[in-house]
Amino acid sequence: MSSSPGQSLSTAPTQGPVSARVETPFQRFAAAFLEDRVAVAGLALLAFIILSSLIAPWITPQNPYDLTRVDLLDSRMPPGSQTMEGFTAWLGTDGVGRDLYSGILYGLRISLVVGVVSGLIAATLGMSIGLISAYVGGKLDTFIMRLVDLQLSLPSILVALILVAALGKGVDKIIIALIVVQWAYYARTVRGTALVERNKEYVDAARALGLSKSRIIFRHILPNCLAPVIVVLTVQTAHAISLEATLSFLGVGLPQTEPSLGVLIANGFQYMLSDRYWISFFPGVALLLTIVAINLVGDRIRDVLNPRLEK
Amino acid sequence: MGNVLEVSNLATYFETRAGTVKAVDGVSFAVGRGEVLGLVGESGSGKSVTGCAIMGLVDPPGRIVSGSIKLGGKELVGLDDQGMRAIRGKEISMIFQDPMMTLNPVLRIDTQMIEAIDAHEKTSKKAALARAQQALEKVGIPAAADRLKAYPHQFSGGMRQRVAIAIALLNNPSLIIADEPTTALDVTIQSQILAKMQELCADSGTALIWITHDLTVVAGLAHRVAVMYAGRLVETGFVDDVLDHPLHPYTRGLLRSLPSEGIPGQPLEQIPGMTPSLGRLPPGCAFAPRCRNATEICHRSSPEGTVFPNQRLARCHHPFDSVAQPVGLTER
Amino acid sequence: MSTESIISMQGISKRFTTPVDLAGRLANLLGANHQPQTVHAVSDVNLAVIPGEVVGLVGESGCGKSTLGRMVAGIYEPTEGKISYQGKDMRLMTQTEARQASLSVQMIFQDPMSSLNPRMRVIDIVSEAPVYHGIIESAERGDYVATILKKVGLDPVFMQRYPHQFSGGQRARIGIARALAVNPKFLVCDESVAALDVSIQAQVLNLFMLLRQELNLTYLFISHDLGVVRHLSDRVVIMYLGCVVETAPAAELFDAPNHPYSQALLENVPTLKLRHKRFSSIKGEIPSPMNPPTGCHFHPRCPKAGPRCSVEQPVLRPISTGRQSACHLNDGGVG
Repeated sequence: MSSSPGQSLSTAPTQGPVSARVETPFQRFAAAFLEDRVAVAGLALLAFIILSSLIAPWITPQNPYDLTRVDLLDSRMPPGSQTMEGFTAWLGTDGVGRDLYSGILYGLRISLVVGVVSGLIAATLGMSIGLISAYVGGKLDTFIMRLVDLQLSLPSILVALILVAALGKGVDKIIIALIVVQWAYYARTVRGTALVERNKEYVDAARALGLSKSRIIFRHILPNCLAPVIVVLTVQTAHAISLEATLSFLGVGLPQTEPSLGVLIANGFQYMLSDRYWISFFPGVALLLTIVAINLVGDRIRDVLNPRLEK
Repeated sequence: MGNVLEVSNLATYFETRAGTVKAVDGVSFAVGRGEVLGLVGESGSGKSVTGCAIMGLVDPPGRIVSGSIKLGGKELVGLDDQGMRAIRGKEISMIFQDPMMTLNPVLRIDTQMIEAIDAHEKTSKKAALARAQQALEKVGIPAAADRLKAYPHQFSGGMRQRVAIAIALLNNPSLIIADEPTTALDVTIQSQILAKMQELCADSGTALIWITHDLTVVAGLAHRVAVMYAGRLVETGFVDDVLDHPLHPYTRGLLRSLPSEGIPGQPLEQIPGMTPSLGRLPPGCAFAPRCRNATEICHRSSPEGTVFPNQRLARCHHPFDSVAQPVGLTER
Repeated sequence: MSTESIISMQGISKRFTTPVDLAGRLANLLGANHQPQTVHAVSDVNLAVIPGEVVGLVGESGCGKSTLGRMVAGIYEPTEGKISYQGKDMRLMTQTEARQASLSVQMIFQDPMSSLNPRMRVIDIVSEAPVYHGIIESAERGDYVATILKKVGLDPVFMQRYPHQFSGGQRARIGIARALAVNPKFLVCDESVAALDVSIQAQVLNLFMLLRQELNLTYLFISHDLGVVRHLSDRVVIMYLGCVVETAPAAELFDAPNHPYSQALLENVPTLKLRHKRFSSIKGEIPSPMNPPTGCHFHPRCPKAGPRCSVEQPVLRPISTGRQSACHLNDGGVG
């Protein structure tokens, strides 16, 4: 350092950061998230649901997809009864003799996989489109946004129905349909955020420093657009799950051999008003809990990431 | 002549997850009729919180923990919600840095002004409208009758601030609290607003607390000045006294670090270090870590206010001597 | 000090035009008269900066000083005119030369909050550009950043932290470090101390002066704060609504401003010495850069305006050595 007379730069006793340890943006976020007890409960519930569905093969007495293990004589048995196979069906059995408890956990797996995978792919696709649209601007931006408007003005059920009718049944086909239905939310959200970020001074600084356009978009703007994407992702996952359930309920979603929660609910629907309510009821409750848990978590994430509330 | 406002030992704390933040800790001052008090401090000094506390606008997790605020003899601390609402906008008005904090962007100006009048008085709509127009004319808005029908976004920044001032004056308050109202405005516009405020306060005898970080504005506008640091009041007195012969090392450091006080080409005098975080104040005097004159007692105990002649106060263990050799700005 | 300029701007103008959108065009077909909105941010500015000089650029909102600064730093392209770096027209440079030139001119921004990428650690913020341009190897990042941080008065120990963990003044220093990392010769400071507390402002201003001596930097210091400009600048340029109205050495300008706008500006600045000031002000609002007044842009507010002023735009003329002013009063009167 130069020795200019009487001038010492580090006369400051502490020229370090205001907070002591390295605090990543994620840690800050996590600390804020955990402040709300309801959200923490939602997160716990969600974790429980996901965990249970993951270890389903080990905690269920029966694999409901294995048709050799399912006995028609077990069908429509009330909760708590003993089955022919030799275990207790705590939640009862359905119309073809599947243990509902097993069915729900296995069905959750399918529902979650469908929801999460379609969400992630739609997010990636939508984000890229939104980023490019925001950065390039002009006619391309206008065109893409009108496409987004078009997509969003059509009811998602309708679009999904048409696609599934065209593509046929199957997990992969459902996922494709859900991606087509969802990408537009991400594109629009990310475009909005990217436009705001584009005008911030750190982007100007990156330009002054001679960094390339693509580097600026993906290295600078993108990480700062992730916040709203995560919010949309959680809410959309819940939406995708319920959409899939609806499609399956209507009979055009997943096949009977790979029942998701929607299929299970559909199967039991005819018995709803008779005294064999459990066949639809328990899968329905499971679906409800899953969606509520995801929404609680998503709401809290949105509140924490809300820039107006952030100091 | 009684004081319009008397604040004694005001303390406002915020309970956060990082601990108790003592935003305002032991602040006392008084403002008389027609007087302008400059409340000066940097960010984190507690000046804005003080203003909000007087208006009763401190929301949880913050609260006034002790002290008294007397408006014309009437105690405001502990007053219930209804009592406070009767006072806000009528006895005390506030002007903010961003006029859009006062103005609702989706309502016309006349609607908002009539609303402000209606909140405190029953008058006919015609009478209220006439008063609103008069207020706009008083603050120097041309073609007031037409401008009443406009929306806030149709005004420029300076004009919006004038409208905010007009609203503040509508019910003839005895005190106006202005929180950095000209900080965001251009120099020439700021000058217009300052001239207007001077005129209006002189005419109506309204007391004015002008909260700012800008000592030059205080020099021109205020009669008395109160300097805050880290939530505490460190010095008060008449403007001439404080600016020419500052008693507290912080005041002195602040004055000397102004670029206009520097010699062009020479390094500016600087106060080393940073303002302490209000949640982690050092024991003893809050300014001690940065003070060149600090001694052992300064780090140990927080100084009480020492009273000096001519209504001056300084909270320092080693205040500069006000009586002997002036230690002000002329010394180099 | 060589007299050849380091940066020279000739005839620089910048206009931002919003074209009429589809809805507007349809409305025009039906008889409406929607015009494209043009903001005349900068109009025909000539400015040359000598190496080692500090030029203070002053003006109020809408004067175009920020836009001008951004054109110098290469963030905006001028609509008209040419910018030369060390005598060479930047548009005529080869790619390598142009890159070198643009790295040599860096900008320090105003807002310590938004000028640093909140998702990047300090070490990455400062070292990204030098690594990208091959100035240093990736392995040397740590040491390189440490040296620069020390230069700007920050403890290198904290280079793994994120911006939100620092105070406003420290973030300003990080921004300076980022600019210094590419070894610039010319710094454009756009209101770099405006958002800082007074006591921190002094620290940062002293830092600027120190760096100027140490690294032989040249500055274009953009500010609305005349006190700061007076303290720092060798020469001052005053802008109003996109045009330069006066330039002069700092001391001369503050002693005896020539242009009526300069006079009004200096009269209206509060200073510590002026107690119980009777604030008087020039009338009127600052016009919008979308609709600048005809002739001299200042004439509606000028106390000395005459008939010529609303018709003819004054040219920036020398009035004495090193001083220029754009006012008819210097050039035959306003009648």
